Amino acid sequence: MEYKVKLTDEQKAILDGSRGETLAKVMESLVRYGELFGATEMVPVSSRYNHLVTSFGLKALGPVYELMDKLLEAGAFSGQKFTVDPRPLDPKVPTNIAQDVVFKLFMYSRQKDYEEQLADLGLLSDNAFTCTCYMDEVGNKPGPGEVLSWSESSAVVYANSVLGARCNRNSGIIDLMGSVIGYVPKFGLLTDEGRKADWIVEIKTEKKPEAQLLGSAIGMKVMEDVPYIIGLDKWLGNELDDEACTYLKDFGAATASNGAVGLYHVDGLTPEAKESGKKLIKKDAKTYVIDDAELERVYREYPVIWKDPDAQPKLCFMGCPHMSLQQLKDWTDRVEEGLAKSGAGKVSVPTVFTAAPDVLEAFEKTPYADRLKATGVITSYICPLMYMNNPLSEKMPVITSSNKLRTYTSARFYTDDEILEQITRNRKGGR
Amino acid sequence: MKTFQGRVVVPGRVSAEALVSHGGLNTLASFQKALQFGDKKATCGDQNNPDLYGKQMAGKALCLPQTIGSTTGGLVLYCATSMGRQPACMLFSNPIDSLAAAGAVLADVWLEDNKMPVVDSLGDEFLDYVKDGMNIIVQEGGKVMVSDPF
Repeated sequence: MEYKVKLTDEQKAILDGSRGETLAKVMESLVRYGELFGATEMVPVSSRYNHLVTSFGLKALGPVYELMDKLLEAGAFSGQKFTVDPRPLDPKVPTNIAQDVVFKLFMYSRQKDYEEQLADLGLLSDNAFTCTCYMDEVGNKPGPGEVLSWSESSAVVYANSVLGARCNRNSGIIDLMGSVIGYVPKFGLLTDEGRKADWIVEIKTEKKPEAQLLGSAIGMKVMEDVPYIIGLDKWLGNELDDEACTYLKDFGAATASNGAVGLYHVDGLTPEAKESGKKLIKKDAKTYVIDDAELERVYREYPVIWKDPDAQPKLCFMGCPHMSLQQLKDWTDRVEEGLAKSGAGKVSVPTVFTAAPDVLEAFEKTPYADRLKATGVITSYICPLMYMNNPLSEKMPVITSSNKLRTYTSARFYTDDEILEQITRNRKGGR
Repeated sequence: MKTFQGRVVVPGRVSAEALVSHGGLNTLASFQKALQFGDKKATCGDQNNPDLYGKQMAGKALCLPQTIGSTTGGLVLYCATSMGRQPACMLFSNPIDSLAAAGAVLADVWLEDNKMPVVDSLGDEFLDYVKDGMNIIVQEGGKVMVSDPF
């Protein structure tokens, strides 16, 4: 078969079977995938580590594990060590007996086997399970211009936008194949043209917009296009400090899950916007103006899919994507203040804060850990999405301030302030 | 009957009943329950998709603008095809997105038995015209014929 993608002699040889039938199929998959998007060539993956989305030994994904076995049998290991999305189970997170049975015997019955497969393929470490692999504590943080074969929409949009790396929104399996073969097709967000903005988004709010709401509004409007956001630096400043990065982590995850954004530029803040400014905007770019009323409209239009919309929440998840160390500290302060105000001793809704295992280990070394524990909040490395994605959990009234979790599950979205009020409310009376 | 011309993503000929999603198909949310709990009809489990929720997807000509959501999308589509629970074909009004493209290509390259023709770039008019239950015939070369049910 003739391809338009220009291949080097080495790449052609792999495609023709010089390294075996399995690797030929891996190359064919990547080349055909690239052809669909007008890829011009296959370029080397240049990041130190990869990141994979498939972290769960879900019985339903049997064919994926069989495909991975084929790769292992052919000696097609990942050329890079990799991190991977969070584990789906953690005994610290509350479950009922039915959930225990469904999780362990039906849904994630292949977890142990799959983690062994991941180790064989090149998993970075036992702690490498997180969607925020770019946290300093985890160490999978690519530099500007590096070419990645990552998946996980929230990590891809962060790597492109905040770190200035180059990565398309790859699917699971394609992510691994790029690393196995060492090349990815050059198209879309790997090209200068593909990183130009199709939209100008003007922020005209009177207060700092909630990251998760703003990301949702933009994602739903621009879908897979690239937005250039003007006016957000007024609220975030012009330096990518911890606070700005945390905001952009949550904002980006919402753009990627409520739409399909793989890259955004923030005027005066993100690296390419700082370097090239408005030259990044395409001539025919459309404009979307966001004020407080628009954010309110977006929020009010979220469907409530609980059977009983007035049900008392049974669980609260914070940390989708996983929280940063500073976020855990800030929320410790906020929960303590909320409890002091309401007069409640502990949180009145079972509440789980999720973060990367390495971030949790760092948090445990701070005095905040004991303080957070005293409020009743549980910390966990779990993936809230994987917890929620089943018929039992979807019947539970779960609340969250994650717009990603809202989009993919029955969890109900509230703003950070509303979540705080709900979990620290004194349900036994008192102040 | 009306004919639309698109681009071939995965070649093949098929005839099936249309199932239409006007919003993006969230692949994980739509297929997960069906794959997990042995539902051979692949009943759509995405409560956020009013067009498809609760409807059979397996064996239907799934007409949609694009897929959205988790980057597991491609591997979910690959699994659905491997397990024989895939739509008869997928017909995109827009150019295909990277997640659906991955699933379609992986299934075509790695699976011997179950094939799912895929055509994209059929245009907005296609999605405006096609309705649930209409007859769809996909021919080689990306030609898609849509007619009222018999």
